[in-house]
Amino acid sequence: MKNLAQNIADVPRSVAFRPATILVPWLACLAVALGVHHYLPMIVDEYWVNVFRRMGVFVMAAVSLNVVNGFAGQFSMGHAGFMAIGAYVAAGFSYYGSLYFRGEANVDDFMIQGTLLMLVGIVAGAFAAAGAGYLVGLPSLRLRGDYLAIVTLGFGEIIRVTLELTGKQVYDAKAFQDAPLSTLATLPFNGSTGFERVLPYANLFWVWLFVGVVCVVAYRIKNSSAGRAFLSIREDEIAARSMGIDLTKYKVRAFVLAAFLGGVAGAIYAHTGVNPSPTDAGFQRSFDIIIFVVLGGLGSLSGTAIAATLLTGLSEVLRGPESIVNSPAGVWSLAGIALALAVGSALLKAVGNRGWRVLAVASVAPVLLVCFAYLAQWLATAWGVKLSDYRMILYALLLILVMLLRPNGLLGVREVWELFGPEKPARRPGAVGPGKEPAP
Amino acid sequence: MSDQPPVILSVRDVSVRYGAIRAINNVSFDVRQGQILTLIGANGAGKTTTLRAISGMVRASGQVRFKDQPITGVRPDLLVRRGLCHCPEGRGIFANMTVQENLDLGAFTRTDADEVEKDKARVFELFPRIKERLKQNAGTLSGGEQQMLAIGRALLARPVLLLMDEPSLGLAPQLVQTIFRIIREINQAGVSILLVEQNAHMALRVAHHAVVLETGSVRMSGPAADLAASDEVRKAYLGHG
Repeated sequence: MKNLAQNIADVPRSVAFRPATILVPWLACLAVALGVHHYLPMIVDEYWVNVFRRMGVFVMAAVSLNVVNGFAGQFSMGHAGFMAIGAYVAAGFSYYGSLYFRGEANVDDFMIQGTLLMLVGIVAGAFAAAGAGYLVGLPSLRLRGDYLAIVTLGFGEIIRVTLELTGKQVYDAKAFQDAPLSTLATLPFNGSTGFERVLPYANLFWVWLFVGVVCVVAYRIKNSSAGRAFLSIREDEIAARSMGIDLTKYKVRAFVLAAFLGGVAGAIYAHTGVNPSPTDAGFQRSFDIIIFVVLGGLGSLSGTAIAATLLTGLSEVLRGPESIVNSPAGVWSLAGIALALAVGSALLKAVGNRGWRVLAVASVAPVLLVCFAYLAQWLATAWGVKLSDYRMILYALLLILVMLLRPNGLLGVREVWELFGPEKPARRPGAVGPGKEPAP
Repeated sequence: MSDQPPVILSVRDVSVRYGAIRAINNVSFDVRQGQILTLIGANGAGKTTTLRAISGMVRASGQVRFKDQPITGVRPDLLVRRGLCHCPEGRGIFANMTVQENLDLGAFTRTDADEVEKDKARVFELFPRIKERLKQNAGTLSGGEQQMLAIGRALLARPVLLLMDEPSLGLAPQLVQTIFRIIREINQAGVSILLVEQNAHMALRVAHHAVVLETGSVRMSGPAADLAASDEVRKAYLGHG
């Protein structure tokens, strides 16, 4: 038996304060955002730039939903409701804010102040959504599984209907400046028509900066003691309680955190050049996000981010293969990346590490996707079929295929980089207790 | 009885109902500081329910006092902070989390990181095998290793009183010996233990006191050695006589 000091020395220390580990992820976020902002428009056309903005929103939505559905195992089906709250509050800030301060909503020479208003709106929207998350989190203390899912589904619908009943939007700056408070009391969000003329301040840079921020925050949550508490609740509530975990507190906390990050996603969404409308709070949208989470792996952040990216991209590719085929640069860069990954991982596969094998498989997927797009287009033109009519059917078929092949989602509960660690030792047969080590 | 150590847990007239069914009925006993008390009895006698009633997992009537404070109706997570730790039946390990994460959760209520590391080292001394498996998902451990992890994890909460529910369940006879040796070691380190066991033979051997439950009521209680020698217990629970 080793002595105590030796044992202590061998224990991996969980957290050490190192400024580099704290700063590096944020700097990486900034670098990625700047990179995407500058280089992506060179590779793809404007249409795909917009797709990438929406993709970012979905990555944020999926990652934030993963905090409550994946980590804490509380199945929430009303995430679009939280997003819509974030979207409307943030849009309210940037639209009515500019109306109030500048006397105009639709101005182009307004970037700096407009962006500032958007950032204020994002914070406000996130807090508003978190408040709603607290309210929805309360019933989760008494409800489990299906029942909780139904309650959260109902919450989303309540938000949708409430948004449909909001008052007329005010377009006239003078009228708004004269009676701002009484106007706000009727919630002037334009009812079922949807909030109009919200300026698209969230360009590629802002979208992907916040994608990075949301991902880093969610990852830090996962690896914090609160994150472990969430995971333990998901695994076994009785055991979690006997560890001294206050179920009430942590379930509500999971809802609040997920809603907060979802509110950020919604706030960004409102500024990507869409009209936020009540349907954005509906269950169709909630299901879309749930699909990303389940497919990516409940509890795996990188898995859900990958699933959200691929599925958003895929549904666009299926919309009309022309759009990608007609942009040769896009095809060639995609093929080039895939080829590089394939060759690289094939070489490293010889090293015999599970992560690289996964990567090898994953790198074939984009190649197949591009080939699939070409083939589908060729068949469609040959048969005179409009492929985009069958888009959702193809999408659904692909979902079924993925669920059959990877029932736990792409990555299960683990992250991409965790696959690259040393292979887990196989259980030794005849393992017995301490002091009686079997011969190797 | 003046030479007995002080009572750390006193259970008085505790009853639990599941709907119309009375699971335990006016159960009373005392656990004394630094001792092992074992609850033995057949399936359905109410052993697990008694433990759950003490740790606040189920609603109970009657009075439970821990360190001279009434704890009936106190939430389980608050009891852990006071030093009463429940190691649930079926081990209750978090299968999809690593062994390391499981251990960290054991120390969830504690903020003294350095002391936690020392306690971890102690756990690794008790269970060297756990240390080899730190990065592994707990669900991939063998049954015996999972039980060791569950015990180690409970120890990291620094319990004053440890409630153990069927630690020998489903283990090979050799491992049962090991687990009981460790229970005794933990006890010798000063932790009082309330042990629920089907394996009456082994339980009576390590325990100081024993309580026999039968269909929800206390049938007999007394020093473990006396009970092990009594004809009734020998016939009904030890399988010989």
